[in-house]
Amino acid sequence: MAKLNMVQAINRALDEEMARDENVITLGQDVGLNGGVFRVTEGLHEKYGEERVIDTPLAESGILGSSIGMAIAGLRPVAEMQFSGFSYLMFAQLEGHASRMRSRTQGQHTVPLVVRMPYGGGVRALEHHSESHEATYAHLPGVKVVIPSGPSNARALLAAAIRDPDPVVFMEPKCSYRAFREDVPEEPQVMEIGKGQVVQEGADVTVISWGAMMRPTIKAVEAAQKDHGVSIELIDLLTISPMDTDKIVSSVKKTGRCVIVQEAPRSFSPSSEIIATINDHALMYLEAPVKRVTGFDVVTPYFGKEQSYLPNERRVRHAIEETIGF
Amino acid sequence: MKMSEHSTIGISSKPKTKHWPDTCDSEAPCHTFSISSLQILDEHGNLDESRMPDVSSEDLVKLYRAMVLARLVDDRTLKLQRQGRIGTVPLCTGHEAVTCGATLAMRDEDWFIGSYRDLGGRLMRGEPIENGLLYYNGHEEGAVFPGGERTLPISIIIAAQCLHAVGVAYAMRMKGETETAVVCFLGDGGTSEGDFHEAMNFASVWQVPVVFVVANNQWAISVPREKQMHSRTIAQKAIAYDMPGIQVDGNDALAVYKATKDALDLARSGGGPTLIEAVTYRMLMHTTADDPTRYQPPEDLEIWAKRDPITRFRKFIEQKDLWDDEQQTDLEAQCKQKIEAAVAAFESRTDFKVDSPFDHVFGTSHTRIEQQRAEFLDMLKKESADG
Repeated sequence: MAKLNMVQAINRALDEEMARDENVITLGQDVGLNGGVFRVTEGLHEKYGEERVIDTPLAESGILGSSIGMAIAGLRPVAEMQFSGFSYLMFAQLEGHASRMRSRTQGQHTVPLVVRMPYGGGVRALEHHSESHEATYAHLPGVKVVIPSGPSNARALLAAAIRDPDPVVFMEPKCSYRAFREDVPEEPQVMEIGKGQVVQEGADVTVISWGAMMRPTIKAVEAAQKDHGVSIELIDLLTISPMDTDKIVSSVKKTGRCVIVQEAPRSFSPSSEIIATINDHALMYLEAPVKRVTGFDVVTPYFGKEQSYLPNERRVRHAIEETIGF
Repeated sequence: MKMSEHSTIGISSKPKTKHWPDTCDSEAPCHTFSISSLQILDEHGNLDESRMPDVSSEDLVKLYRAMVLARLVDDRTLKLQRQGRIGTVPLCTGHEAVTCGATLAMRDEDWFIGSYRDLGGRLMRGEPIENGLLYYNGHEEGAVFPGGERTLPISIIIAAQCLHAVGVAYAMRMKGETETAVVCFLGDGGTSEGDFHEAMNFASVWQVPVVFVVANNQWAISVPREKQMHSRTIAQKAIAYDMPGIQVDGNDALAVYKATKDALDLARSGGGPTLIEAVTYRMLMHTTADDPTRYQPPEDLEIWAKRDPITRFRKFIEQKDLWDDEQQTDLEAQCKQKIEAAVAAFESRTDFKVDSPFDHVFGTSHTRIEQQRAEFLDMLKKESADG
C-alpha cells in the first residue's frame, strides 16, 4: 500500500496499463520528455520510448483524429488534452467520428480510446484553464464521460477506461491533483464505468456530487451530520455518462430528499439530468424539492473572482439544511 | 498548368546551414519551387511510351472494366434517386480514373480511407453495389461489408479522414506491418480544412506510410477552386511539409496509377507520405440535391467531356488490341445485369432491425440505453396497434 496523490495514481495506472498491453500508447502536447505539464506522464517516455509516448505536434484535432485511426487499427491510445479548455478543437473528431464509428459500421469498426483532460477551477489559472464543461461531452451519444474524485478511484477508473471498448472522456479535477493522498494498493485496480459509488450510507437525505466538488461536499456532509444529527447518504457519481440511474433512484427512494453539488454551470447540466431521472423514477418518494448547488450560467470568471464563484462547503451545508428542514 | 512535364519536385536548393539548421537565407532560398505534373495517356488515348508504368494487360483490362462499372452504377443510382427510390446521393462521374487508378496500385492489405466520391475504388475493394444503395437510402447496413475491415466507411465530414489515415499508418508501422500503407482520398475543398493540414503535418513529422490523393474536381459544391485557394496547385502544399507532391492528370488512369504506385513504393520503403493532386472535373451535380446550373459555366462541361477518362482509356486498350466492340457490348451487359441484381436485392431487403441503433451506442450494456430501447419498442408496438 502506497500513499499517492492523484497525479501519481494516474501515472501509475498509465504505467500499469502500458506494461500490461503493448498496444496502449499515450500521446499529446508535452507528454513525452517533459512528462506532461502536470507531470502525469512522468517517466513513461523513458520507460516505454518515444514510439509509445508521443510528443505530438500542437494540434488538438490532429491528436484526437490520429488517435481514432490508431484505435481503429488496433492500438489503445490515451490522448492528453493539456487543459479541457483547449479540447474543443478536437470536438468535431470526437462527435463526428469517435462517438459514431461503432454505430456507423454496426460494430465492424470501433474506437477504443481515452481522452484525458484536466478540468475545473481553483488553481488561479488563466482564462480557458478553469471550466467545468462535462455536460458538453456527456451530451454526445457513444461517448463515456468519467470524472474521478481522488487518487484511488482515478487509478482504477483510468485502467477501466483504457480497457473499455468505447471512447472515454476522462476529466481530471486539476485542483485535486496534489491536494491530498490516499492509500493505493500495490496490485492493479479496475472499477466499473457507468457506476456511481455510495461513499457512505444514510437514511435522511441523498447528497450527490463528483470530481473536485467531492471535497467541499464531504466537509459539508460531516458538518451537517454533526450539527443536526442527520443521516446522509453520499454518492460519488464517478461516471457522468452513461449515468447510474439505479444508484440515484434507489437512494432517493430510500431518503426522499436529494441535494446535488456540481461545479458546472447550472442549465443543461448533469444536475439537470439527475433531477429528470428522479422525476421519471422516484418523484412520488420525494419529501422535499431536489436542491442543487452549482456554478452559474456565466462564462467562468478569471481567477480573481473564482473563489466567490465556485461552490463551497458553506453553500452545500445550507442546501442540506434547507432540504432537511423543508 | 502544363500537363506534360515530368521533373523532380521539391525545394530548388537545400537551405544552407547557418546558425540554425532550419533557417533560410538569400544564397539558399527556401521560397522557390517547381511542381512536376504527369500525363501518360492524352485525351485522345495516345500513350507516352517513355512513361508507361509496368502494368500487365490483365490489369489494364481490369482497370477499364472497373471504370465502366463505376460509371454505370453512378448512372443507375442517379436514375433511382430521380425516381424517388433512394435518398440524396453524391455522384462520382468523372472521378473514375482517380479512384480506380489509385486503387489498382494498392494491395489488399493496404487501407482505403476516403470520402463520398470514391465509388469506383470502393467497388474494386470488394464493396457490393447493393451497399451504396442501402447507404444512400438511409441504412447503416450499407456502410460495411465482409472483407471491408481495411476499407473504412465514407467520411462525410470533409477531410476528417486524413487524420484517421495518419493514425492507421502509425499503428501499422508500430505493429510491424511495414509493408502496409494507407491511401487517403479527399477533394480540393478538403485541402482548406484544418484537419487536412494537421494530417499532412503529423504524417510528415512521423514519416508514416500514407498517400494522400486529392481529387481536384474544381468545385466544392458551388465554390470554384480559385475561391478555395490562391495556390496555383494543390500539389505544392506538400512542399510546406517537406514531402513529395505531384500533380497528375486525374482523367488519365495510368498517370494516377503510376503516381500512386511510386508513392506506395516510397511509403513501403520507409520514405514517408506523399501528396498527389489528381486534376479532374466533377461532371455531375455535387449531390442530387444540388443544381449546378446556378453556378457552373456550361462550356466547362464541353471542355471536360472531351477529356473523359473512360473514352481515352478505351481508345488506348483498343490500340493495344486488348479490347474490341464485342467485349464492350458484353461488358455493358454484364454490368447492367450486376446492377439490376443489386437493385433487386436492395429493394427486396426487409431484414432491418428497427432498434439496431441501440445495439451499437456502446460496446458494453447500460441500463439507460436498455430502458430507452424498451420504451422505444413499446411505443412502436402501441403506435402499430393504434394503426
